[in-house]
Amino acid sequence: MSDSDDNGLSRRQVLALGGGLVVLGSAPVSTLAAPHDKGADESPVRRTVTSTVAFVVNGRRRELELDNRTSLLDAMREHLHLTGSKKGCDQGQCGACTMIVDGQRINSCLTLAIMHQDAEITTIEGLGTTESLHPLQAAFVKHDGYQCGYCTPGQICSAVSVLDEIKRGIPSHVSGDITAPPQLTSNELRERMSGNICRCGAYSNIIEAITEVAGERA
Amino acid sequence: MKSFTYERAETPVEAAASAARSPGARFIAGGTNLLDLMKLEIETPMHLIDVNGLKLDKIEATPDGGLRIGALVSNTDLAADARVRQDYGVLSRALLAGASGQLRNKASTAGNLLQRTRCPYFYDTNQPCNKRMPGSGCGALEGFSRQLAVVGVSDACIATHPSDMAVAMRALDATVETVRPDGETRRIPIADFHRLPGDTPHIESALMPGELITAVTLPKPIGGTHIYHKVRDRASYAFALVSVAAIVQPDGTGRVALGGVAHKPWRVESAEAQLPDGARAVSERLLADARPTHHNEFKLTLVQRTLAAVLAQARG
Amino acid sequence: MKFETAAGENPIDRQQVVGKGVDRIDGPLKTTGTATYAYEWHEPVANVAYGHVIGSAIAKGRITSIDLTLARRAPGVLTVVTADNAGPLGKGERNNATLLGGPDIEHYHQAVALVVAESFEQARAAAELVRITYERVPGSFDLAAAKDTAKNPGKITGGEADTAVGDFASAFADAPLQLDAIYTTPDQSHAMMEPHASIAAWEGNRLTLWTSNQMIEWGKQDLAKTLNIPAENVRLISPYIGGGFGGKLFLRADALLTALAARAIGRPVKTALPRALMINNTTHRAATIQRIRIGADRDGKIVAIGHENWSGDLNGDSPESGVRYSRPLYAGANRMSATRLASIDLPEANAMRAPSDMPGSMTVEVAMDEMAEKLGMDPVEFRIINDTQVLPEQPERSYSQRQLNECLIQGAQRFGWNRRAATPATRREGVWLIGLGVAGGFRDSPVTTSAARVRLDGNGMVTVETDMTDIGTGSYTIIAQTAAEMMGVPLEQVEVRLGDSSFPVSTGSGGQWGANSSTSGVYAACVKLRRSVAQKLGFDAQQAVFENGEVHQSGRRIALREAAADGDIVEEDTIEFGDLDDRYKLSTFASHFVEVAVHSATAEVRIRRMLAVCAAGRILNPKTARSQVIGAMTMGAGAALMEELAVDTRYGFFVNHDLATYEVPVHADIPHQEVVFLDETDPLSSPMKAKGVGELGICGVSAAVANAIYNATGVRVRDYPITLDKLLGGMPQAV
Repeated sequence: MSDSDDNGLSRRQVLALGGGLVVLGSAPVSTLAAPHDKGADESPVRRTVTSTVAFVVNGRRRELELDNRTSLLDAMREHLHLTGSKKGCDQGQCGACTMIVDGQRINSCLTLAIMHQDAEITTIEGLGTTESLHPLQAAFVKHDGYQCGYCTPGQICSAVSVLDEIKRGIPSHVSGDITAPPQLTSNELRERMSGNICRCGAYSNIIEAITEVAGERA
Repeated sequence: MKSFTYERAETPVEAAASAARSPGARFIAGGTNLLDLMKLEIETPMHLIDVNGLKLDKIEATPDGGLRIGALVSNTDLAADARVRQDYGVLSRALLAGASGQLRNKASTAGNLLQRTRCPYFYDTNQPCNKRMPGSGCGALEGFSRQLAVVGVSDACIATHPSDMAVAMRALDATVETVRPDGETRRIPIADFHRLPGDTPHIESALMPGELITAVTLPKPIGGTHIYHKVRDRASYAFALVSVAAIVQPDGTGRVALGGVAHKPWRVESAEAQLPDGARAVSERLLADARPTHHNEFKLTLVQRTLAAVLAQARG
Repeated sequence: MKFETAAGENPIDRQQVVGKGVDRIDGPLKTTGTATYAYEWHEPVANVAYGHVIGSAIAKGRITSIDLTLARRAPGVLTVVTADNAGPLGKGERNNATLLGGPDIEHYHQAVALVVAESFEQARAAAELVRITYERVPGSFDLAAAKDTAKNPGKITGGEADTAVGDFASAFADAPLQLDAIYTTPDQSHAMMEPHASIAAWEGNRLTLWTSNQMIEWGKQDLAKTLNIPAENVRLISPYIGGGFGGKLFLRADALLTALAARAIGRPVKTALPRALMINNTTHRAATIQRIRIGADRDGKIVAIGHENWSGDLNGDSPESGVRYSRPLYAGANRMSATRLASIDLPEANAMRAPSDMPGSMTVEVAMDEMAEKLGMDPVEFRIINDTQVLPEQPERSYSQRQLNECLIQGAQRFGWNRRAATPATRREGVWLIGLGVAGGFRDSPVTTSAARVRLDGNGMVTVETDMTDIGTGSYTIIAQTAAEMMGVPLEQVEVRLGDSSFPVSTGSGGQWGANSSTSGVYAACVKLRRSVAQKLGFDAQQAVFENGEVHQSGRRIALREAAADGDIVEEDTIEFGDLDDRYKLSTFASHFVEVAVHSATAEVRIRRMLAVCAAGRILNPKTARSQVIGAMTMGAGAALMEELAVDTRYGFFVNHDLATYEVPVHADIPHQEVVFLDETDPLSSPMKAKGVGELGICGVSAAVANAIYNATGVRVRDYPITLDKLLGGMPQAV
């Protein structure tokens, strides 16, 4: 952590009209959770810090030495070459990166890989293969529940968890009586799947695909 | 994202002490907001203290008949808890109206309280923002402000607090429990937890350096009809334009808190006395000092109309 | 093959495979996450470095300094590409702003540097260390303010910018019933799920670029031109594209900067645009201001129709003009249209799904609803009586097929249109106000040259190669169906390889020309292959029947594979279209029906039912075609209810530049959708007798939603999107 020649200004300095200097930028301000005066962080260039993490991905134990900053998504895509999980926004705003970690669906773009020591991770590659599709994968094909295919792995991972969440009695925003067990209706599925954006607009077909599988399981 | 060192804390006191010891440290739980902001270098911690191992993930009954919600209880688990669903329905409803299933699985109770604003000028590091960079100005005030605050605003900031959960907790008179690096604990009423922007919009909560949220407690149930009505531009997975958390008793009295209108969950206890007089009277008191922009003036009408819908629903 | 006269009977008419709603052949790959998108080519590209794009912090002005000192010192950094060190660059034919800005800045988030490092994390961090100072100059960022500076662009797609038939002014003035209304449509973003991304690898002076691009040949030519290298030295590979909608028609900064960086460091580089950069860095659909005037007689006949459209674009480059929609669609003897274009300094505008026709349909189909109400006439009926089978501006030119009225009649019947309350704001279910809306839909179906190569091997496998792309449209599947039909083999016997510039040049994906034109190219190549096979096996090419993996004629049968027993047979051909498209108007038609519920207190809108009835030639695959239409209906719902790029008119940028703030529909916004395709074949369109549907599906949807909201609430909103704040003022009093 050397190279302390930061002049305190961000990289985005804008010379405003009329000659006055307007500084627009991204100086860090501590407020979240543990505010602390910035103390030693005067060096703009920081060395890369790595850690070792081991987890089970689709049934196989993997150990990686990763830059601490690596998201779980990038660990899968760039380090394990499991590119089925997609990066649509990298901001938790689209759901394309959805995977199932320790039994729960999460946005893998908004979590660090090193936070998942010993976790059980299921990605789309762990659900089925082209030769042996998971029932939801087969239903998505049958009902044409996708178009460009980019959000599809996230939709399918999410759908797997949605059916599990309903089974576990987790209510939703559209549940009429939240003290009662949730129903398996199209409205429930739509609300619960809403964290997975499909810009191609395959929603109507996706709900049909999930409904079919849910019906078979019920 | 700037590089950082990383540790997993074992106990709350240890975590708080480590935060006090380590320059530029932050706690990380769900990370769904912190990591987003770190990617944009709006947050640039030197050191992350992973608090997920602190075993603060229980929801327990308190001796006075309330609930103590561990700081790490996920939004999903909190919303699904049978006691919360039964006795604090407004909280369940608010949680379920927020974010998406994936995010609720990760987001923690404490992290939800500490969410930072979604103001687009805060998020765009090319733009002026007094919250992100004190003294740089507010890009939103004269800019695009449709989503932003109408009440409790200042010339420095018109950001809103994005949480739904916190709005319900405000209506429920929750208390935030913390531990400091020296091991001292304290209880902060939720009314005092979040701040108005004033001249220091970068200071958002009552937390002191190194202070760690350990739990949120709810007083014993007060009954009544619990409603959370969130109004947004799409049907799900969006931040509120306006939200109303209400607990209405059979006699027409009750409590009301608003989301999407201020830098903190917005509740004016004196306005609640007028609940029997209807939505107009209440919302006029709630928003008495409103200073909307041209873009978000509609929120004043929307609050009143949403509240009217909520009261009508409560009446059945 | 030249297509110059109406298609006669041909093997496609058998419809053994074509016309069947078979599952997509790429489905197993896409649903298992094993289809490979642009950023994911780990196998062929080793030792890749990572690029991170920096976008300009200002909209207009210049860079006064770039200091790379800190960034270069950051861990893992390999190079920083800027305009200073990139060498002389050309500009693609289809680009407006330059893709690598500096020192001059043309728009917000214009790429000004690519930081390349050993890892993604290092590149992203180092990008924050590049110190750039700018000098901002004033710009024009507000279409409404720039409207009066707008100029006549002379030509627009499809003809003159100004048109006049009869005497509009007098006829309108004399019309017993008149509508004169101003509508606006906002800037919109494609917001496809896959960010623009590229991997570049050089071998000597030859570049391979794995990218995400709808139009391979355009991308190849424009990349070569920008790099000042021969086009034959560039290979583009783009077999899977995570959505485009027009946003990936062109060479963009990810491709160029990645290629430059890979050359600079002598090592492959990959780059994806950060989501928050996409909206201002790439293209968008331009906002419009439209004035529509309709005059009608008391019987509901339109006697005058006038349509003026204003839009803006960077450098005054190209207009988005809704007049393209109204000019050919509804009858009326006296007509005028005018298109004006302002030069503004927002990011460059360009095509998004059904350019011009989409914003045109958003307004014209509302104007039709308003006029019907003035007439006291049902809006379905009003459209029906103003149908025309010829072009109103050019009566000697007729539509090759026009079943708009059938779409409306069938739609009304299926949707239960008779349950619509003629008086707005009179149907209520609890707290919800219920309304029904209708709109017509129209979009041309252009045809363009398209080539393909087909190969028959000794196992009887047919392989099709063309640089056609599948952006979710179903190209793989309909091309396989076409080849299977032509060669008489089951679908499993066909392999389709797309999106590679080493394959014959196709029509590409855009303008809803892709399906019809690309399959026609495959048809042409298959006709050649059939001829070669027949010759080889001793059949008469005209008489031989290809079916069930065999060729037969007059009782003699030989397995198809025998023809390739001693070596593959490869044929290539191009479909070239004559002037049928000029002699006739090749268009597609639809009706859209929507039911909404509007919360009586909060004005929240929920779409409860949607139906589209489409007439679009032969439907090559009803399953994938239906998906195109429901997807378009979804995007049209977004345009109606929520999609708007918010302009900061001081700083000149789209403020809501991510997927949380530029809201597109989610699952909860979209009900079950119904689509009906009318039975139609169009022998004037191509040997496939097909047309496009992907853009038809979006034209009219937003207006149907708008009209349903009006029917529910009695509040007419002429400024899209129809967000609840625009309805509140006119809603019934809250309790």
